[in-house]
Amino acid sequence: MRAVDGVSLDIGAGEVLGLVGESGCGKSTLGRGILGLLPEGAVSDGEVRYAGRDIVTASAKELRGLRGPELGLIFQEPMTRLNPLMRIEDHFAEALKRHEPDLNKREVQRRSLETLGRMGIPPTRFRQYPYEFSGGMRQRIMIALALVLRPKLLVADEPTTALDVIVEAQILGILADLKREFGTALLLITHNLGIIAEACDRVAVMYAGRIVEEGPARQLFADPAHPYTRELLRSTISLETTELHSIAGAPPNLIEPPSGCRFHPRCPDAMEVCPRKFPIPVRLEGGRRTECWLHGPEQEIPPGTTRPLERERLAVADEG
Amino acid sequence: MKAEQNGAPLVSVRDLKTYYSIRGSFGSRLIGREAGSVRAVDDVTFDLRQGEVLGLVGESGSGKTTLGRTLLGLVKATSGSVIFEGRDVTKLSERDLREHRRRMQIVFQDPHASLNPAMTIGQSVGHPLTIHGVVNSREQVRARVAEALEHVGLAPAEQFFDKYPGDLSGGQKQRAVIARAIILNPVLLVADEPVSMLDMSVRAKILDLMLALKRDFELTYLYITHDLATAKFFCDRIAIMYLGRIVEIGPSEAIYENPKHPYTQALLRAIPEPDPLRVIPRDLPRGEVPDASRPPLGCNFHPRCPKAFEVCGWEARDLAELLERRWAFMGAEQYERERAVFGDLDALAKDALTVSLKTRDRRQGEELLAILELMRDEDPDEPFWKGVRRLHADEQHVEIEWWEPIDPRLLPADGVSVECHLYDEEALVEAERRRSAEAAVPAS
Repeated sequence: MRAVDGVSLDIGAGEVLGLVGESGCGKSTLGRGILGLLPEGAVSDGEVRYAGRDIVTASAKELRGLRGPELGLIFQEPMTRLNPLMRIEDHFAEALKRHEPDLNKREVQRRSLETLGRMGIPPTRFRQYPYEFSGGMRQRIMIALALVLRPKLLVADEPTTALDVIVEAQILGILADLKREFGTALLLITHNLGIIAEACDRVAVMYAGRIVEEGPARQLFADPAHPYTRELLRSTISLETTELHSIAGAPPNLIEPPSGCRFHPRCPDAMEVCPRKFPIPVRLEGGRRTECWLHGPEQEIPPGTTRPLERERLAVADEG
Repeated sequence: MKAEQNGAPLVSVRDLKTYYSIRGSFGSRLIGREAGSVRAVDDVTFDLRQGEVLGLVGESGSGKTTLGRTLLGLVKATSGSVIFEGRDVTKLSERDLREHRRRMQIVFQDPHASLNPAMTIGQSVGHPLTIHGVVNSREQVRARVAEALEHVGLAPAEQFFDKYPGDLSGGQKQRAVIARAIILNPVLLVADEPVSMLDMSVRAKILDLMLALKRDFELTYLYITHDLATAKFFCDRIAIMYLGRIVEIGPSEAIYENPKHPYTQALLRAIPEPDPLRVIPRDLPRGEVPDASRPPLGCNFHPRCPKAFEVCGWEARDLAELLERRWAFMGAEQYERERAVFGDLDALAKDALTVSLKTRDRRQGEELLAILELMRDEDPDEPFWKGVRRLHADEQHVEIEWWEPIDPRLLPADGVSVECHLYDEEALVEAERRRSAEAAVPAS
């Protein structure tokens, strides 16, 4: 199964890049691939360059050295990622001692408390256990635990999905300030377009293992280039929604993805060329790119194949 | 789409309380000490009108799910009543409840967990028919199941009969769950977060389906959700829940256009909208939903409320939180210095209205008082200080007294009902009285 298939992506220093897609599109696999955290049995090809080094070919030891001080990860479920038998203090001591063995005890405490404080966790609670904290506080602790090693890049995989809306907004505020406060770049993985709009400079939209569109958040929301991006935006229910809209069909099975463009069976704009030829990535103005035949390149489209594609109508309940 | 606003009540909920008791340790049970209870639903009153969609909106721990389950008799009410078709659901026997559930069905959040993986879709959807003994023959069951499947869009039904839940997508599973819920022709459907686990592109289809079913079967819905956006689209009326209580209830348009309760206002401002030009404000309520086994005094929302004032229920625990917030953002040396003045902070862990804080060493009473006064001067807009009636220092203590809490009442205001002292004339008058009393006797 090709969870992530031929993806190219750049994250600049201090940038917040959003990776958005529906469940099963490969966004989490991509996030883990960037950190060299793929499960056993996963085969990867290509390269992930981090400050000149290739993570895909790095040894396990090199990777351990990178994770923490260079690359950090925040997961969705803060409770399951903290050890219930360890005090908050000990989580920080473990992380810091492993990566910066020269720090003395006093330094470890100072660094930990300072980072926790910036996340709003008071020093009075440094010696408490994870169960004594609320969900939002645990997520703040997780973020502090990643930031205490001062990583250059943080990957946050659905960091607010388990949280309430007001607490989610608090955490989004913290993530949006990372750049200013810590100079950290952030890859924010989410299914929620509202979160992307709130926190990200740039957005990459993923569908069936491919990045189908990427560009600055403002332009992408105002004028989506790829039909999938447009339909996803239209089907999002927000406070402004006055009528319901959905995308016909279901995301494809990644073991046998559709021929040509993977979105063509569900695409309202599909042309005859779409199932025949894999779309070629096209650069658009304003630092945007997409892969969709609607945007050319024209010389690659076989003559006479820009007519609308005729398909069987999709059944109502044929959905993901 | 919106139903009439003045239909007869189908369900009347009055003074409903559902508490869960906490099992204490073996030792405390041995000596007969009560471990307390979680007030999941704490004195709730509302009507559900025939043919309407009422949204029960709240965050996790607000009691919205427990309230839905109490209506169905799945959870036993502690007190109060739920009148449905002339009978009090909270007093029904197990046998009568079974009959009751033919009329009132529920759809749960997680379609993957709602269907038995070992039963085919045909068996699952048809199961209520055999449980309730509504039909006699297999042929009849099959016909009714086929009809229900077609109604929810799982058509042609023949294709889905012998499939297992594992063969279906999330949206299809939720359709099957809905088919099972409507097969007995209920009048009321309690839908507990029916689309929350589904992908964005599928949610709209399930909501569309629910609207169509409502029309076709003249259903009434109680839509339980944390999502204000789908509730706005879907519901005729909205009830906002916070820590077991309904804090605001009224027609959707009124709630969304002119939210009254500071909590409702905060919820609406905190939603991340898919519009990069709109930014979530940073002055959102602090903290999180408190522990429902030890709710705050007075108004449950007061510790987080930016508009709280003298009568809202300020107490010792609020000072503990204020100190923690202060110390979190403070440099290490200053924190050490301040913390060294305070003795044990355990006195602040109780819901007390007067506290005598002991300093760590003798002759530090004035010093501790000075820290508190500095805090007040640095942030005079902090609502906490409105609740402080008196601050007094002696050699080794600082005594703090707060104003008596007043419990808020759900009162009508501009077409909605809201439980907040800001809209209660009596509470406003009392607050004014306290303010002038304070001015007459300056803090010692």
